[in-house]
Amino acid sequence: MAVIAFYLIAAVVLVSALSVIMARNPVHSVLWLILAFFSSAGLLVLIGAEFLAMLLVVVYVGAVAVLFLFVVMMLDVDFVELKRGTLRYWPFAVLVGIIFAAEIVLASVIGTADMETNFDASPGAETNAEAIGQVMYTQYLLLFQMAGIILLVAMVGAIVLTLRHRPETKRQNIAKQTSRRRSDAYELKDPTPGQGI
Amino acid sequence: MIDFTAMILTVGPELWLVAIALIGVLVGATLKDRFNSVSIKFGALALFAAAAFSLMNYEGGEAFNGLVRTNTFVNFAKFVSYVLAGFALLTSEGFLKRHGTIRYEYSLLILLASFGMGMILSAADLMTLYMGVETLSLSSYVLAAFHRDSAKASEAGLKYFVLGALASGMLLYGASLVYGFSGSTEYAVIAAADPSIGMMFGMVLMIVGLAFKVSAAPMHIWTPDVYEGAPTPVVAFFASAPKMASMVVFANVMFTMFGDVIDQWQLIICIIAGLSMIVGSLGALTQTNIKRLLGYSSIANMGYALVAVAAGPELGAGPLLVFLTLYVIASLGLFMGVLAMRRKGGMVEGINELGGLMRKRPVLAIALSILIFSMAGLPPFGGFFGKWEVLSAGVEAGLMPVVIILVLASVVSLGYYLRLIKIMWFDEPTERFEAVDGPVTITVLLAALIAGILFLFFISALSGWAGTAALGLAG
Repeated sequence: MAVIAFYLIAAVVLVSALSVIMARNPVHSVLWLILAFFSSAGLLVLIGAEFLAMLLVVVYVGAVAVLFLFVVMMLDVDFVELKRGTLRYWPFAVLVGIIFAAEIVLASVIGTADMETNFDASPGAETNAEAIGQVMYTQYLLLFQMAGIILLVAMVGAIVLTLRHRPETKRQNIAKQTSRRRSDAYELKDPTPGQGI
Repeated sequence: MIDFTAMILTVGPELWLVAIALIGVLVGATLKDRFNSVSIKFGALALFAAAAFSLMNYEGGEAFNGLVRTNTFVNFAKFVSYVLAGFALLTSEGFLKRHGTIRYEYSLLILLASFGMGMILSAADLMTLYMGVETLSLSSYVLAAFHRDSAKASEAGLKYFVLGALASGMLLYGASLVYGFSGSTEYAVIAAADPSIGMMFGMVLMIVGLAFKVSAAPMHIWTPDVYEGAPTPVVAFFASAPKMASMVVFANVMFTMFGDVIDQWQLIICIIAGLSMIVGSLGALTQTNIKRLLGYSSIANMGYALVAVAAGPELGAGPLLVFLTLYVIASLGLFMGVLAMRRKGGMVEGINELGGLMRKRPVLAIALSILIFSMAGLPPFGGFFGKWEVLSAGVEAGLMPVVIILVLASVVSLGYYLRLIKIMWFDEPTERFEAVDGPVTITVLLAALIAGILFLFFISALSGWAGTAALGLAG
């Protein structure tokens, strides 16, 4: 049973990964990508790495959903064309939905009980999360820090390549705002009637 | 518990570099533009200090539960890479100033890239290797596109990024297969594991990824475009320090992780080496842009270096270090030469614009000629001895076909090297050159001096050092 579940989910991973690069519409590609991530999470559940599975869903599916938004915003996608197709594609959408649901059911029903794996998903600990926690900041401290450095490089890079200081843009100057006195803002005039200021 | 002594002994220079880079981020955020010019000298100093650091702990050690392990072989490479990175950084100030793009992030990125170089050299674990490769590559992508307003630089950055990401994917996929079939990410455990078909499959994919990083054919397509488009000081950096580091890492991975299965990968490396030499020497013949030409020449030279890798750890490790050291010095010198030639309205990049250099700037012309002869491998100059060592390693290992290609490719490559010399010495002068800043000229002269004369004093010592350094690999 677990073997069947494995082959089923693995097939979905392969098909959806292939579709990511085959799909003509970038939005469809992203959707296929989400399915691929989701199915991979299912595979992780099958081998008993439930923490990693949830992480995959939270980080990748969550982040990809944001990416999806960016794609929609930045690319020149013809929405009229897209909407016209919506109705036509509903069987496809339902199919994807059914696959999603089936995977969740399969993975949660079968669990890890009779899955034969050649390694222990939670070595030396009760749960998957505990096993990761035991080594992440001790044995793999260096790698953890290096990941931080890589993110720093990415941040510096993004700033170098995109940040531009424009002199004409108006910026908020809080010091100037708070040091403003009532006398700077207005003054009282006493105009003679009929003459104005 | 954390063993600080072992950490310093093993990855001291890298920890120092990353600490300096982080301090640089803070200082830069406070001082802003006032830090721009200082940061370059500051960064170069830090790199020279890191080089000294790697010599101080030359024997190396092991730290972080076996994630990093160094020996004399990689420490030698670390020293050379850091010194060259320091020179490449020091000489970039004038160019960046003239183009109005001097920003302290430049030196931070060079420092972080050098940190990545050090980490891949120190890696004794696939995960460390991958993290280091990513640090180095990501910094390099940004550096390639550092002139963001130039269309060519942006194209170079984008091309480098897309192809580099693909290569990283290959490397990662290969690493995951190797891990899956050997059961560990540690080099030592993998070396001891039973070499199954799946593991060999992973090894080939890793070779593909690493070959991209050293720009060996057929994974070389990005090189000419990136070399042409990226700012010249950045290319000078690319062509020197990371080349040395990546090639030594390539050798280190093959020697330590797959040392016992040399019969499985020797032919692959030979084919890559042969292709690189052919593509590099034939491709350069038709180039008119000097940076592109040097890009092709670097592909050919990586092919020569790979012959040493194919010769195996006992025969190839020492010659590889000698060859690479002499090559990267000449390469940095030549790019400094490109950096030193400026005419009204821009840099000199077409090779015909070099015309009559001998009459206008004789010292520069002579220095460049020495460097070109050295790179071509003509006898009285440094490059010859590097090539000779590689050649004899190849002959001893019995790799005759690839050795024959090496000799033929050297002859073909003389064609374009001599064309450069001819244009410099005999063609009519074109335009007046403008004066350039001191550090660049000094670096050109220094490199020429080393390649032309000074190497005579230390070539036997260098072979000796490289030989003993290579012994560290076995131990």
